[in-house]
Amino acid sequence: MSEAQAQLIPYIDEPHPITGVTNSKLAIWLFLASEIMLFGALFSSYIILRVSDPTWPHGRMVLNVPLATLNTMILITSSVTMVMSWASLMQNRFDRYRFYMALTILLGCGFMVVKGFEYAHKFEARHFPSTNNFYATYFTLTGLHGLHVLGGILTNLYFLFFGSKMWKTNPTQFAGRIEVAGLYWHFVDLVWIFLFPSIYLL
Amino acid sequence: MSHDALTPEAIKKHVRIYIAVFVTLACLTAVTVGVSTLHLTPALAISVALFIATIKATLVACYFMHLISEKKLIFSVLFITGFFFMVMIFIILATTRSMFVI
Amino acid sequence: MSEHSHEEHHELGFIRKYIFSTDHKIIGIQYGITALCFLFFGFCLMMLMRWQLAYPGDALPVIGTWLPERYMPGGQMTPDFYNALGAMHGTIMVFLGVVPLAVGAFGNYLVPLQVGAADMAFPKLNGASYWSYFVGGVIMLSSFFLPNGPAASGWTSYPPLADIAISGQTVWLFGMVFLITSSLLGSINTIATIIQLRAKGLSFFRMPFFVWSQFVTAFLLLLAFPPLEAAAVMQLMDRLAGSSFFLPSGLVVSGTALQVAGGGNPVLWQHLFWFLAHPEVYVLILPAIGIVTEIIANNTRKPIYGYKSMVYSVIFLGFMSFIVWAHHMFMTGMGTTMSNFFQTTTMIISIPSVVLVTCLIISLWGGTIRFNVPMLFALAWLPMFGIGGLTGLPLGLATSDIYLHDTYYVIGHFHYVVAPGTIFALFAGIYFWFPKATGRMMNQTLGKLHFWISLVAMNGVFFPMFIQGIAGVSRRLHTPITYAHAQAVQGTNVFMSLSAWVLGAAQLLFIINFFISMKAGKKVTSDNPWESTTLEWATPTPPPHGNFDKVPEVHRGPYDYSLPGGATDFAPQNIA
Repeated sequence: MSEAQAQLIPYIDEPHPITGVTNSKLAIWLFLASEIMLFGALFSSYIILRVSDPTWPHGRMVLNVPLATLNTMILITSSVTMVMSWASLMQNRFDRYRFYMALTILLGCGFMVVKGFEYAHKFEARHFPSTNNFYATYFTLTGLHGLHVLGGILTNLYFLFFGSKMWKTNPTQFAGRIEVAGLYWHFVDLVWIFLFPSIYLL
Repeated sequence: MSHDALTPEAIKKHVRIYIAVFVTLACLTAVTVGVSTLHLTPALAISVALFIATIKATLVACYFMHLISEKKLIFSVLFITGFFFMVMIFIILATTRSMFVI
Repeated sequence: MSEHSHEEHHELGFIRKYIFSTDHKIIGIQYGITALCFLFFGFCLMMLMRWQLAYPGDALPVIGTWLPERYMPGGQMTPDFYNALGAMHGTIMVFLGVVPLAVGAFGNYLVPLQVGAADMAFPKLNGASYWSYFVGGVIMLSSFFLPNGPAASGWTSYPPLADIAISGQTVWLFGMVFLITSSLLGSINTIATIIQLRAKGLSFFRMPFFVWSQFVTAFLLLLAFPPLEAAAVMQLMDRLAGSSFFLPSGLVVSGTALQVAGGGNPVLWQHLFWFLAHPEVYVLILPAIGIVTEIIANNTRKPIYGYKSMVYSVIFLGFMSFIVWAHHMFMTGMGTTMSNFFQTTTMIISIPSVVLVTCLIISLWGGTIRFNVPMLFALAWLPMFGIGGLTGLPLGLATSDIYLHDTYYVIGHFHYVVAPGTIFALFAGIYFWFPKATGRMMNQTLGKLHFWISLVAMNGVFFPMFIQGIAGVSRRLHTPITYAHAQAVQGTNVFMSLSAWVLGAAQLLFIINFFISMKAGKKVTSDNPWESTTLEWATPTPPPHGNFDKVPEVHRGPYDYSLPGGATDFAPQNIA
C-alpha cells in the first residue's frame, strides 16, 4: 500500500467517532468471532462423538493432567505478560514492552515444548489419532489449538523484531497493533481454558 | 479499551487488576483440577468444570481483552456469534439425541 | 496520520500495480476475470456430462479423443469420471465461480465506491484474499492431473465415501482450506469497510441495497464457513491420520471390513457441511438480489418500493439462514421433532425471500422502464428466481422431500436459482457496470442475443429436470436408463443436452462482446451514462486510485429518481 493510499483510509490510529473503534480493532473481533465458530464446531463434534460412545475413556485416567495443568498456567501467565507489554507501550516504556513481549514468546514456546513432550509420550505408548476417537479428538483439538499458538508466536516475533520499527514512525498505530495481537493471544488462551477441563479432566 | 484516561495512575490501576485476575485464574485452575479428582456424576462434573471455565474465560475476556469497557459494536458482534454458536452445538446435539448413551 | 506532507506519487511497477495490487478495483477485476474463467471451465465439465446423459455409453467424437484414456477410454466416459465431473462441476461453479464473482468481484469493486470510501479498510488483506483464492483454484484444478482423477464424492463430500475415496479428495480438502481462508479474510474486510468507512451523511438506511446485501453476505461467510473448515480438518485427519471421526464401526467396503477404529458419525459431517452450505446458497443469491435492485431502480426511474422492508427482510433472511440447514438432511433419521423444527424454519425463511421479490416486482409498477441489456437480465431474473424459489417449497417440507430428495427435481430447483437466477443477475451487473470500469459500453445487439438465447436455453436445460425428478430419476447417475422409470423420460435428456450445448455456444457471444468492447466498444460520453443516483457513478471513468476527487458527502437516499420538481429525473446521493 503506497503512502498516498494509507493517508486515504481513516480510522487506522484514531477510533471512528460513532463506533468508537479503530478498523483493526473491529477486524480482530470479527476474526475472533469466526474462530469461535471454528473451535465451537470442533467442540460440538467432540460432544456428539462422546455422548454416543460408551467406551469413551475419562481424560484424567489417560492423559497427563500435571503437564496440562502446567501448560494452563504457562498460557495464563503469557496472557498477563502480553497485556503488560501493551500497557508498557501505553506508558511509553518501549524497553519494558520488549521485555514483556519476549517473555510472552518464551512462554508460548514453553507451551509448545511441553505439548511436544506430551505428544511424544503418547506416540511412544503407540497412541495415535487412529487408535480411537478419544485420541483422534485429543490430537485434533489440541493440535489445531497448538497451531494457533504457533501462529501467535510467529506474529509476536514479528512485532518484537521487524515490526517494532513502527514505534518510531507511528507509535499510536503500533500500540494499536500490539493491542490487536494481544486480543488474538488472549483468545488462544481462552480456547485452552475450555479445552483443558473438557479433554483432560472430564 | 477507552484510551482517554490512560494516565500513569490509570495504567498502574490496570496493572493491579491484571495481577489480581492472574491470581484468581491460578486459584480457579487449582480448584478445577481438584474438583476433577472428586467422583462426581457425569452431569455434575461437566457442569462444574464448564462453570469454572466460564468464569475464567469471562475474567480473561473482560480484563485482559478489555471487554468490560468495550464498545457496543463489539458486543453486538459477539452476541450474534454466541447465539449461532449455541445453535450449532445444541441443535446438532438435539438431532442426535437418539444416539445418547450417557 | 502521515507526517509526510509531500505527495508520494512514485509510480508502482507493473507487478505491484496489476499483479499484486492492493487497489480494490484491480482486485475486483482480478476476481472477476478469474471467476469467469472458472465458470466457463465448470460449464464445460457439465457439457461433457450432458453427452453421457443424452447418449449413454456412446463415444464422444473429436473431444473424446483429446481427453486422457483413464477418463474417456475410446471416447466413452467411465462412471468414475462422470462422478468426478459432477463433483468438480459443483465445487468449481459454487466456490470458484459464482461466489468469487458475486462477492469477490462485484463486492470488492463496488462496495468502497458505493459507500464513498477510498478503498477497502484493509487493502493488503484484500490482495491476500484474492491470491488465496487463486492458489485454492490452482490446487483444485491440479487434481485433474492425478492418476485417479479429482474428487468424485459430490461437491458435498459425504463420508464414508469421501473418507476412503481416491487421493483427489485430499487435494479437494486442501483446496477448500485456501478458498475458505480467502472468503474469511474478504468478509472481515467487507464488514469493516461498511461499518467504518461510510462517507459523511451515508447512514445505514441511505446505503444502496447492494451494499446491504453484501453486508449480510459477509456475515454469513464469516460465521458459517469455519464449521466447514473444522469438518475439512477432521476429514483430512480421517484420510491422512487414520482417525474415524466420520467412519462408523463395522463398515465393510467391497467385502472387506475397514481396518479403522470406528465409532464415528457420518451424519456429523453432514451437519457441519450444511451448517455452511445452507448460508452459502444465500451467499450465492443475496449479491444477485442486490445487483437486480440497483438495475431495476435505475431503469424504472423510480425509488425502490419498500426499501426499508427489503432491508429488514435481508437481515432476517441472513439470521434465519443459520437455522434451516438440516432441510438438506430430512432423510438421515433425525426424528420427527427435529424434522418439524427445520421444516418450520424453512417455511419461515421463504417469507423474507418473497418480500424481496415482491418489492422488486411492485417497483416496476408505474415506472418508465428502459429495456436495455442489464434490465432485460434483471427483469428475467424475477420470474426465474420465482420458479427456483417456489420449487424449493416441496423440498423444504419433510414429507414431500421423502420422494423428491436426491432426484433431478432438486437439481432443477437449485439450478433455477443459481443459473437463470444468480448468473443472470451477474451478467446484468457486468453489462451495467462495464462502462464505469472501462469507459466503454458493451455491444447492445450482441447483448440482447446473448440474453434471449440464454434465457430460452436455460429453461430448456433445467425445466425438464422437474419432470425427471417427479418421475423418480435419481441424481448422480452415470447411466440413469439402467432404471425403467428413467427410460420413460430419456427423451428429455437429449432435449436438455442440446439446450446445454446451445447455452454454451451463446456464452461465446458474451465472451466476444466482453473482450472486443474493452477495446472497441462505444465510448461513454459521461461519467454517469445510465444516469444513476449511487456514488460509484460520481467518480471519474474509470475511477482512479483513491476513487473520488473530493471526499463525497451524502445528502439523500439511494434511489431519488423522479423527484417532483427536479430538473432531471434523478438526484445523485452526493448532490445537496
